[in-house]
Amino acid sequence: MTVYLDFEKPLAEIEGQAAELRALARRNPEADVDKESQALDKKAEEMLKQLYGGLDAWRKCQVARHPERPHCRDYIARLFTDYTPLAGDRNFADDHAVMGGLARLDGTPVVVIGHEKGNDTKSRIEHNFGMARPEGYRKAIRLMDLADRFGLPVVSLVDTPGAYPGKGAEERGQSEAIARSTQRCLQLGVPMVTVVIGEGGSGGAVAFATANRVLMLEHSIYSVISPEGCASILWKDAGKMQEAAAALRLTAQDLKTLGLCDAIVPEPLGGAHRHPKQAIDAVGAEILKALGSMAGTKPKALRDDRRKKFLGMGKNGLAA
Amino acid sequence: MNWITNYVRPRITSMFARRDVPENLWTKCDECGTMLFHRELAENLNVCSNCGHHMYIAPRARFTSLFDGGTFTEVKVPEPVVDPLSFRDTKKYSDRIRDARKKTGEKEAMLVATGELGRMPLVAAAQDFNFMAGSMGMYVGNAIVAAAETAVKRKAPLVLFSAAGGARMQEGILSLMQMPRTTVAVEMLREAGLPYIVVLTHPTTGGVTASYAMLGDVQIAEPNALICFAGPRVIEQTIHEKLPEGFQRAEYLLDHGMLDRVTPRGKQRDELIDILRMLMGLPPAIKADLPPPATPEPQGDPVTLSEPAAEETAGLPAEAPKPAEPAPAEAPAKAAETPAKPAAKEADKDAGKTRAPSKK
Ligand SMILES: [Zn+2]
Repeated sequence: MTVYLDFEKPLAEIEGQAAELRALARRNPEADVDKESQALDKKAEEMLKQLYGGLDAWRKCQVARHPERPHCRDYIARLFTDYTPLAGDRNFADDHAVMGGLARLDGTPVVVIGHEKGNDTKSRIEHNFGMARPEGYRKAIRLMDLADRFGLPVVSLVDTPGAYPGKGAEERGQSEAIARSTQRCLQLGVPMVTVVIGEGGSGGAVAFATANRVLMLEHSIYSVISPEGCASILWKDAGKMQEAAAALRLTAQDLKTLGLCDAIVPEPLGGAHRHPKQAIDAVGAEILKALGSMAGTKPKALRDDRRKKFLGMGKNGLAA
Repeated sequence: MNWITNYVRPRITSMFARRDVPENLWTKCDECGTMLFHRELAENLNVCSNCGHHMYIAPRARFTSLFDGGTFTEVKVPEPVVDPLSFRDTKKYSDRIRDARKKTGEKEAMLVATGELGRMPLVAAAQDFNFMAGSMGMYVGNAIVAAAETAVKRKAPLVLFSAAGGARMQEGILSLMQMPRTTVAVEMLREAGLPYIVVLTHPTTGGVTASYAMLGDVQIAEPNALICFAGPRVIEQTIHEKLPEGFQRAEYLLDHGMLDRVTPRGKQRDELIDILRMLMGLPPAIKADLPPPATPEPQGDPVTLSEPAAEETAGLPAEAPKPAEPAPAEAPAKAAETPAKPAAKEADKDAGKTRAPSKK
């Protein structure tokens, strides 16, 4: 079943009509609906092109959070072989909001780390909606240690509303865990590639995204605060999220313009959730390309590259 | 209601209000209500002499009371593009910056300086909560990078006093990128083998806590400072639970293993000298021989100054619950008899310590 976003309502109608026609044809084999249903398909495609060709910042947020959008585990399942999850921070717990472990990408061993949001009520609760606690960041640090020691590249997949704002999370040092994870990224002597596949929510995203190459899916977002949060603080009205989303410059296109992301990975028409396999494969190809460009680079050069990249960010603002 | 506020203050005000003397000679401690004489409050580094409440202190005043002889040289911070995203909410960001500059007399939310601390070269950086809630944007990022680079060049340690509501939303995604940028600065110091000490002051929240403010070699906090990633109200809304008393305050973090020390403002200078000399492999300081710092000028009304501006912060420090009243019951009356006396005593005590010979 397709979940339609509010701005997709007219599309839902057309696609609903086409589906009804086809169901009718199945019941009455003599009814000829081909022509009509094909016309509807064409109309739907035109509408998709129109809608997705000009998504504003707030609609991008909605697409980035689409419940049927492929998540971290879908990417791991399709792109990697021999995935061996490694658990725990050796200190307190295993955080299910963060997945990670050893895996092969096109035969090459790597360490993969990512936020997992879950895709139904049960798994969403299990993964805490992709909101990591300190243990998640400390697990990531441990996995980065492992990658560094054995010379394995790190691939991270970012998809989180943000770090979990909870009592225990604060008591166990949420800020420190995020800061250390960011620091660990910067210290890596191996190549690191990040792909923002959905939502890059604030510090909880930065902790996994301080990489040599930062890629973003076409309809993904990366922001200092959620548009809703920003609207309620600056506009004193959570309903002003459209304005806030636009002002915050959180789309992949904004980040590319500002020189904060290296490449945008195009999504299939209508968003990654309509053709997940296609979207995942496109991401896989870009990761391989990015890793290939760093093959054979010495540890110090990789660290220097990362430092230079982040130090140079934002020099010119929108005039970049 | 408070006897001092209702009776003593109007009387005093009417006494002084005639002429020559500025009306705002007194500040009421927003914790215990004691009336504090400005000059003595400044001598006591804006700490209430009655209850120990740490009020806002401007970066310049802090540096005056930190560096030898109160002298320091400002480090030039590379200027970023002002309002890089042409951000506008209910107000233009460029107007907010202009207002903050007028209010503080400072260019931005962080001041960096070099000087000597106990005759040892030092770079210090202090965040100004009065400037758009100390929020971290490109300028603060540049300031921290400049501080680290200066420290490396001079082979000097860096002491950073943090205070911020978080990242500066008006710089959108660029403000978020200051988290990795400032972490690069911390890495520079690490690589050069130089100490980096963070003194967390009230409040330090959000993306600032989750980057350079938690990465010190030694983590010191001022008493009762709110230090957190997510603000208390956000957490209460998420978990639908009342938070324990003192939650996310310096002492609570110390108990939970997140800090090395909680040190009152008046004792920080001596402590920093001791710690830094040990980390730098220097012999103990002969304290009688150390040039004392200077007393900062009174800053006007620190209570009004310390009111956090919620709309300017991402980390929601303004939503923090008030800490428990630590004031002893008899204190206001005592203070009322001789309003200036406790402050003076405290100041003497502190000054004495600063100049005292080594306790070792
Ligand atoms: Zn007081």
